[in-house]
Amino acid sequence: MTDTSSEAIDKTRVHQSEAAARRRKARANAERRFQTYGVIAVLIALAALGILIFSIAGAGVTAFWQHSIKLEVQLDEAQIDPEGTRDLDTLRRAPYRTIVRDYIKGMFPEVTERRDVRTLTKLLSTGAVTELREYVLANPDQVGSKVVLHVPVSDDIDMLLKGQIDASLPESDRRVSDQEIAWVRALQDKGLIEREFNRRLFVNSDSREPELAGIWGAVIGSFYTMVVTLALAFPIGVMAAIYLEEFAPKNRFTDFIEVNINNLAAVPSIVFGLLGLAVFLNTWQLPRSAPLVGGMVLALMTFPTIIIASRAALKAVPPSIREGAVGVGASPLQTVFHHVLPLAMPGILTGTIIGMAQALGETAPLLMIGMVAFVADVPQSITEPAAALPVQIYLWADSPERAFVERTSAAIIILLSFLIVMNILAVLLRQRFERRW
Amino acid sequence: MTGALIVTLAVLSVIGYYMGRSKSVASVSGEVHQLHSRPGYYGFYVAIWTALPAFLLFVVWQILEPQILRAFVMGNVGPAVSELPPERVDLFYRDVVAIATEGVPSQVTPDHEAAADHYTSLKSLGTWSFVAFVMSLSVFLFAFAYRKVSPTLRARNWVERVIMGLLIVCSVIAILTTVGIILSLLFESLRFFNRIPIQDFLFGLQWSPQTALRAEQVGASGAFGAVPLFAGTFLITIIAMTVALPVGLMSAVYFSEYAGPGVRGFVKPMLEILAGVPTVVYGFFALLTVAPFIRDTADALGVATPAQSALAAGSVMGIMLIPFISSLSDDVINSVPQSLRDGSFAMGATKSETIRKVVLPAALPGIVGAVLLAVSRAIGETMIVVMAAGRSGNLTFNPLDSVTTITVQIVALLTGDQEFDSAKTLSAFALGLTLFFVTLVLNVIALNIVQKYRERYD
Repeated sequence: MTDTSSEAIDKTRVHQSEAAARRRKARANAERRFQTYGVIAVLIALAALGILIFSIAGAGVTAFWQHSIKLEVQLDEAQIDPEGTRDLDTLRRAPYRTIVRDYIKGMFPEVTERRDVRTLTKLLSTGAVTELREYVLANPDQVGSKVVLHVPVSDDIDMLLKGQIDASLPESDRRVSDQEIAWVRALQDKGLIEREFNRRLFVNSDSREPELAGIWGAVIGSFYTMVVTLALAFPIGVMAAIYLEEFAPKNRFTDFIEVNINNLAAVPSIVFGLLGLAVFLNTWQLPRSAPLVGGMVLALMTFPTIIIASRAALKAVPPSIREGAVGVGASPLQTVFHHVLPLAMPGILTGTIIGMAQALGETAPLLMIGMVAFVADVPQSITEPAAALPVQIYLWADSPERAFVERTSAAIIILLSFLIVMNILAVLLRQRFERRW
Repeated sequence: MTGALIVTLAVLSVIGYYMGRSKSVASVSGEVHQLHSRPGYYGFYVAIWTALPAFLLFVVWQILEPQILRAFVMGNVGPAVSELPPERVDLFYRDVVAIATEGVPSQVTPDHEAAADHYTSLKSLGTWSFVAFVMSLSVFLFAFAYRKVSPTLRARNWVERVIMGLLIVCSVIAILTTVGIILSLLFESLRFFNRIPIQDFLFGLQWSPQTALRAEQVGASGAFGAVPLFAGTFLITIIAMTVALPVGLMSAVYFSEYAGPGVRGFVKPMLEILAGVPTVVYGFFALLTVAPFIRDTADALGVATPAQSALAAGSVMGIMLIPFISSLSDDVINSVPQSLRDGSFAMGATKSETIRKVVLPAALPGIVGAVLLAVSRAIGETMIVVMAAGRSGNLTFNPLDSVTTITVQIVALLTGDQEFDSAKTLSAFALGLTLFFVTLVLNVIALNIVQKYRERYD
């Protein structure tokens, strides 16, 4: 008896002792440390996100404007259309290169050496000649009058004007010579160089010249690819989900299908690309680089996602809805298609949009089926060679020209804004239409 | 042509729908309740008969047509061509198709041109007779179904059976996809292993797939030892998990145990943005920011590093995996029953002690599952390593060195100029098979663990 009571007293003393206070303090400190680790982890993740966004946005924002030279030329009828027929073929073959060269030579009459003249013309993009030709072809009635065009400067000069080439470096270390810098400064003093919004980035397709390269062809290619993906993955995914959730008997075959779907959702995307290469291209002989094949491969990748989301949405519809429908005499299929499916639709569409957003950013399978080819035209149909937006980003990131860095970043900003719009749409859809029972 | 055919079929079936429907209504002179099914089902009955068999035939034809055409065209060429080795015959045929479809053939001979003419005439003959056949089949079946429409026809039951069949076919596509992946990878890999013994591939220490043009050149056969690739993949995965696991797991603990609803509601979606960023963007991020930073830091410390280090690719991949691990672990931790925590608190444990000694051990199987899924993602991730890791197979475990991975080599082998059927091209499929096999095993184990774990507390 005395033993136990003295022990009890001891324990109280133990809890009030200095050692105990130290232990308590140590435990409280451990608690604080642990919570701090959590905060640090979250901060690291947020910092990674912040650095990612700011470094890409910072590198890309300059690509949205571009420097151009005011080209003020007399469209000499004798030079362009000597016979005065305004025949398109004649207009197409007119010597625009000479017109542009003579214009820029006129700015610097002191330059006579052949080599210097060539360097001088290289201040301008090769697109200057093309754009002048396009202008004349579009406005044949302007021949003989004086026109003002804004044509892009070459990519190196653009980089120089944007301050991305450091003019204080020794001449051998930069891509622009002292002579070129002097010419550019002279043009600036004459007020001929202007900064304008880079619409070429949006309306042009891919080009070897950074100052002319744009994303329009890739956007259209991605659009066609997404149309094919949606047309295949959405009906197949939803129908498979309906069968598995509403009708499938619980047996080994059904289990096998489910295991397959869960695995397909985790198979590396590049493996789907290999499947597309071996089956769609080599066995079925479908066209290479085409949005049709890209869409088919992405559909195979996306439809497990759609199935999983659709099943969750169907499961969320309470059984009372089904019982009510059956009670008024609906057949099992009528129950599902007339009553359950409409109620599950918002959830299904949300899942589909998220799956499509994933597919839109997917690159690796498209590389496998040859969508990395350089395509300078806007595709006209789903069987023509096309680029896609993420592949365009990959191609530009691979290009050595300095000016492609900012364009790659700009293309990423555009791709990310598409994705953000799609995700906001999914969130809105869920908030607006989702019902909780 | 194909587009026009599909549109015609669609139009025919819409017409069939309305004709079937109005016939059923007319057959009971508007007294719809006398019909066995609602009138729309009679419409669907006719529409399905009109379009579905013809459409299925169309799909089968699309798949078989190239093979049939090839058999006919190649059956008709002279012995000079048909006695060539198989890969030359393939090349010949592809040139013939290129000539006929105005593509870019690699060579043109009179043999080629004759075969191309044959190809063109056969193709148009085949297409036109097929279109005629499909259209007449469609019209015939339409007439058949239309005749059968009567008040006693059990149209709803029939239509529902067809739809049910369609639902089953759609679910079986998941199996077909898996089978397609396995068969296509296995088939091409077996052809590769016919040339390069499988043990040389799995255990060889030298990877240089560039086969020389002339047989007598040094190293003409190339070397297909995949161990450097496995080592590189392993190294990058380890680096990625070193970044992602502590950060992802601790933020999951913070979100599920400490964070108030305000922080949780605001910060968690921010992290999920990271999960939605396409991998090509991460790859560019690695090139643009992380790799130069690592190189400059290493230079400042006096360590010479190549531009493309395993560390850059691995750490960016780790950032990509943070939200993946975080959200999976968050789910797992949340499904640990509250009673376990309450019991621990009642014993006087602090929150962190409860988490470390009770919640995390209870959640361990689920967390292991999440980590395995993340590892499988890291192994199969392509764009980050293609852009930020190297192309040459170094057998090293120094994170500042340049290494290459399985996925990088698949991309390198299959983009650019490929020689068809060469060991170089086929080796990509062998790598793909290895990749598929490893990730499949990881996924199956992980999904099983997670499943069992859920059942334990449900």
